[in-house]
Amino acid sequence: MTVSSEDAGGWRDIGAYLKSAGFRFAALFAVLFLAAMLGFALMLWWGTAGTLSRQIDDAIRADALGLQEAWRTGGVAAVREAIGERLAVDIDDHAIYLLTDEAGLRLAGNLDRWPAMPETPGSWSAEAVRRDGVVVPARLYRLPLDQGHRLLVGRDATDREKLRSLLSEALLWSFAVAVAFALAGAAALRRALADRLRAAAATASAIAAGDLSRRVPLSSQRDEFDQLGASMNAMLDRIDQLMIGIKGVSDSIAHDLRTPIARARMRLENALLSAPDAESLRAAMETTVADLDGISRVFQALLRIVEAEAGARRAAFAPFDLAAVLTDAAEVYGALAEERGLHLQTSWPDRLEMVGDRDMVLQAVANLLDNAVKFTPAGGTIRLSAGTPARGKRHVSVSDEGPGLTPEDRARAGERFFRADPSRALPGAGLGLSLVKAVAALHDGELRLRDARAGAERPGLEARLLLSSRA
Amino acid sequence: MQILLVEDDAEVARFVQKGLQEAGHIVEHVANGRDGLFLAAVEPFHLLVLDRMLPGGVDGLRIVETLRSQGNKTPVLFLTALGAVDERVKGLKAGGDDYLVKPFAFAELLARIEALARRPAMEVPATKLTVADLEVDLLSRTVTRGGKRIEVQPREFRLLEHLVRHAGQVVTRTMLLEKVWDYHFDPQTNVIDVHVSRLRQKVDRGFDVPLIHTVRNAGYMIRADA
Repeated sequence: MTVSSEDAGGWRDIGAYLKSAGFRFAALFAVLFLAAMLGFALMLWWGTAGTLSRQIDDAIRADALGLQEAWRTGGVAAVREAIGERLAVDIDDHAIYLLTDEAGLRLAGNLDRWPAMPETPGSWSAEAVRRDGVVVPARLYRLPLDQGHRLLVGRDATDREKLRSLLSEALLWSFAVAVAFALAGAAALRRALADRLRAAAATASAIAAGDLSRRVPLSSQRDEFDQLGASMNAMLDRIDQLMIGIKGVSDSIAHDLRTPIARARMRLENALLSAPDAESLRAAMETTVADLDGISRVFQALLRIVEAEAGARRAAFAPFDLAAVLTDAAEVYGALAEERGLHLQTSWPDRLEMVGDRDMVLQAVANLLDNAVKFTPAGGTIRLSAGTPARGKRHVSVSDEGPGLTPEDRARAGERFFRADPSRALPGAGLGLSLVKAVAALHDGELRLRDARAGAERPGLEARLLLSSRA
Repeated sequence: MQILLVEDDAEVARFVQKGLQEAGHIVEHVANGRDGLFLAAVEPFHLLVLDRMLPGGVDGLRIVETLRSQGNKTPVLFLTALGAVDERVKGLKAGGDDYLVKPFAFAELLARIEALARRPAMEVPATKLTVADLEVDLLSRTVTRGGKRIEVQPREFRLLEHLVRHAGQVVTRTMLLEKVWDYHFDPQTNVIDVHVSRLRQKVDRGFDVPLIHTVRNAGYMIRADA
């Protein structure tokens, strides 16, 4: 049992190995490498052994032409003479001739007998022939002669055969070496790929197992793998941020919604247990309904922030005129400011086109104005301005003459439910700036806070909302 | 007015039904989408109040889409817990006429229902609206009361126009925010009160009979006092 299952495991491993992308890439490169090698071998063969063959054939052809001419002009005698002359000058002893009469008797030449070869005149063949008792490879050509005579011209091909065998041996060896190199290279490539991907795979499985803090380690090479790793990390950062956001909301719900719910519950219970008359019971219930309305408002605000933070609202982005939105907000809050004895100063260009979520931007501006009206004492001035600080950017600034924020509070402003000490007595839930921050992030921008009048007794607060004007 | 309420939560349904009946309406209630669609298709109602998420395989959106595709123009108010902006847009796109997110105040629901019911009659183009001695001229965009011209800002005109179009009905702050200012969120400070009080200064000051009334825990109403 054990053995067979191990065997199965082994086969599975091999199967997995063969299926792996690393192996496929490596095999592809090995095949390409071997194909190049084969092409090189063919060229080499054609250039050496091939050239030699062609030279032999050319020599035979020239020889045959001469002998044919001799046959035409001088007949058998002339051919015999010519063969004799040629054999006499053939120092290398490569030439082969055989002239026979109609009976098959040798008239001239250096072959003992006619070799086995096709009978057709004008045909080429490669045969082993016996010369001086030695069998040698030869290239032979049979001339077309009349009157029953037969003439054979050839060349000893021993040298060529030697070269051929030498070459094929060398090529075979180098091919074997090439295959070995290709396999080794493929294995190395596969391993390199697997090594580079292992870190990412390990990170992914760690994250799947719940450890969201893991990131893909990047090498210094900045190659494709690092790009993949970097985008994975960016994705993970975003997921992390969203998770923190969700966790923040659940924490907020746990802490800051429980309190008002507890208050409402206590009020009801108290009324139920000890209200002296119907009138006070009714009053308690009315207050509780108002409390609950407050809770649902906070809830709504939280959901709105999450909506903005999740970035899902980007789908609703459309072009709109920021100037028109500000005119609208100034009109709504101008009346409120006037009623509280405040001045609202406004300044922005006639048109401020941008692409974004009009409703969200409007709410962000409304929240900033809300705060400004809330914190500025009577007689003060609120300034609302906007413009184009840089190409593709829009800014909206709201400054008030309120108590401002200490640097520590400023750093924490925008956290959900955070309220600086001076504002605790005023109505609000501490979510206004959170939404403004989320809206800024939704529009690739940011919220900057600073003293509106640094050094003054009431430094005020300038909230500068930077937005990208393009989607 | 005959109203069909399709709502699967028994408690909410009971509360809405009771409230609407007390306000003088006849309410038929069903708890699932299929029955709702069937009733809405075969019986003439003046208004449908639909939950979005309903049991029975047919949700509120489907009901509206089906009715609208059959040429049924009965006003529809969605009453739902799906409060995200996208959801509201979906509901209105499907053919809904108004959208109210749970939890809600009954006064808000009632005001919206009565505003919706009044709407078809208002499709007749009017050029002049009057309440008692107040005249709102929609063509010249001027306001006069007792023959005396009242100067109003453009936004104040729209606010007054909206109130007068719904004369005798409660108009809530949220309705004004949505219809007059196109604000789909609750500002922290109640800016609407400020605007209404400015308008009231212009319309009612110097006259014996006030026309713009505050309805406690609900909103505002313009009416000629009987």
